[in-house]
Amino acid sequence: MSASSILSMPGGLFSWHRFVAVLLKEFVQMKRDRLTFGMIVGVPIIQLVLFGFAINTDPKGLPAAVVINDESPFSRALVRGLENSQYFKFTHRAASEAEADRLLKLGEVQFVLVIPADFSRQLQRGERPSLLMAADATDPSATGNALATVNQTIKQVMDRELTGTLATLKSVELPIDLRIQRRYNPEGITRYNIVPGLMGVILTMTMIMMTSLAMTRERERGTMENLLATPVRPIEVMAGKIAPFIMVGYAQVTIILIAAKLIFGVPIVGGLLLLSLALIVFIAANLSVGFTFSTIAKNQLQAMQMTFFFFLPSMLLSGFMFPFRGMPDWAQVLGEVLPLTHFLRIVRGILLKGNGFADIVPELWPIGLFMLVAGTVAMRRYRQTLD
Amino acid sequence: MNAKITTSNSATGKAIQPFSAEKPLVDAVIDVKGLTKKYGDRTVVDDFSIRVERGQIYGFLGPNGSGKTTTIRMLCGLLTPDAGEGQCLGFDIRKQAMQIKRQVGYMTQKFSLYEDLSIAENLDFIARVYAVADRNKVVDETLARLGLSTRRTQLAGSLSGGWKQRLALAACLLHDPKLLLLDEPTAGVDPKARREFWDQIHDLAADGLTVLVSTHYMDEAERCHRLAYIAYGKLLANATATELIQQSGLTTWSATGASLHALAKSLRSVPGVAMVVPFGATLHVSGANAALLDLSLKPYFDQADYRWIKIEPSLEDVFIGLMNSATDNYQ
Repeated sequence: MSASSILSMPGGLFSWHRFVAVLLKEFVQMKRDRLTFGMIVGVPIIQLVLFGFAINTDPKGLPAAVVINDESPFSRALVRGLENSQYFKFTHRAASEAEADRLLKLGEVQFVLVIPADFSRQLQRGERPSLLMAADATDPSATGNALATVNQTIKQVMDRELTGTLATLKSVELPIDLRIQRRYNPEGITRYNIVPGLMGVILTMTMIMMTSLAMTRERERGTMENLLATPVRPIEVMAGKIAPFIMVGYAQVTIILIAAKLIFGVPIVGGLLLLSLALIVFIAANLSVGFTFSTIAKNQLQAMQMTFFFFLPSMLLSGFMFPFRGMPDWAQVLGEVLPLTHFLRIVRGILLKGNGFADIVPELWPIGLFMLVAGTVAMRRYRQTLD
Repeated sequence: MNAKITTSNSATGKAIQPFSAEKPLVDAVIDVKGLTKKYGDRTVVDDFSIRVERGQIYGFLGPNGSGKTTTIRMLCGLLTPDAGEGQCLGFDIRKQAMQIKRQVGYMTQKFSLYEDLSIAENLDFIARVYAVADRNKVVDETLARLGLSTRRTQLAGSLSGGWKQRLALAACLLHDPKLLLLDEPTAGVDPKARREFWDQIHDLAADGLTVLVSTHYMDEAERCHRLAYIAYGKLLANATATELIQQSGLTTWSATGASLHALAKSLRSVPGVAMVVPFGATLHVSGANAALLDLSLKPYFDQADYRWIKIEPSLEDVFIGLMNSATDNYQ
């Protein structure tokens, strides 16, 4: 008889045998549920890969456009100097400021550098010519670091370029009147970016979760057999189950928009009608994903796990939490597949930049395509029989 | 065979033609041949053929896991057979599942209406799915007939087993089906509710509805017009209850007296005894070979402790006999 015999006595406070019985049963059940087992291994791996390799809070090589109204060695030196800082990559050379602004609005570039006419002449005369650097500040964290280095970079370029008689122009003060414009979010307020983005995040979470549970619940409760025995067709079940959630989605958006306006003072520049159009496509895409999950998941727990599996990369790779352009190419490609990535660009574009229909089309069709693919998979997976 | 002979079906009151293999009747509601369903290596239903005529109440019997549910599901298009073919209500069971579903009422073994919908909401949902004409009227009438009009807003999940069963049957009948498939509809239902249920089934069959019902209850089996006995996926017998008893060739002796348990124990090893089944205060001893059975039992007949009577084997004796003779292909 050992000391543990008191504890393991039948009817005692804590029975070792009963504890072991429950313990063993749990292990057996855990082993049976392959998906949960996969999650236990899969989630840490995904998180390690995403946080370790994909996420970079100091994005470099950001696309920029330049408008050069003064072809001169100084202009070329400026462009080269900024590129050498590694933060900027001049991908576009715009003919006019208007064209460059449009690129900024579409999100093609994040910066516009405007070198005015007469730049080098004014510089040589010590007249401190003005130099405009406009940034898309909808996401202040994506452009912040780059903008912080501009002043220093330009000073270095000038120190190098102003030689000989011009060396006198080198002073403590920059020989250029550098004007930095933070467009769409002049004060660099983070919540202007986060709050509209949250709309997409909340919709992704709730829409996928609710639909993925919708079918699994039928199966778990045994009502699926009755439903399948009726003449209801898959498309009718899918449409009927999805439609109420579209309304739920709109209710959520309304709450977020009211809060954004009244509590957070987020500027709402663009049209809400256009936003609701984009929302239909985005919500439907998420619902198709949820429906696909619900045809695969065997129980509600699995449905929740699949939702999480989709939600995690959506949060991390879409540009919601971390700058999209800071990620390596493979992560950007993955991100481009996700509907949230495109929706974030749309919602920020409409609310903060006042983008119109033509401006959002390049972001809208990938969501539509995603919806079609996910919807097709869902329809194929949904079986009218119990086989 | 005398072609002029017509037997009168007592339930329908309509003259039906006797079964003839050469001349298939147009009035067969279910006519399937060679249905087979496999799950992996396991053959759940093996080469199953059945023919059910209009207005018949066809009983499906067999041990648990014998393939009754699988067969029913194949008949209404919920499962695709791996082999076999046939028609249900004149539609191909492989290609025309949709048409079959419209005219079949299927009552699942487990309650499969929505527990979080009210009684009326459940009926309304089913009526809408089947596009029942005059929906509100039909639902109201159904509720009145069930005696649930005052409880229409009660959640279906809060109903007792008997009421759930009544509601499920009512839901199956909303769209006026031509064929009812009932999968152990009375499991866990009290005797009175079962009796009422069967009275309703007979009324429906009299109106021309065909019913295929699986059950484990012998009293229910006896109320069927015809029985099919399935074990381990194979159809072992297909006849009326009386025919089954006659065809079984079983001889059954009933013993009463003290210490029947000891008697049963010793009889089990005696040659010619196929089955020893206690029925309350009596013991049924059956065997296929009457002469051998009598010979073996002779020493026991002389014992003063027991009183022996030769009886007609019950349906249960017949089925247990069938079950014992079938080889279990799951082992």
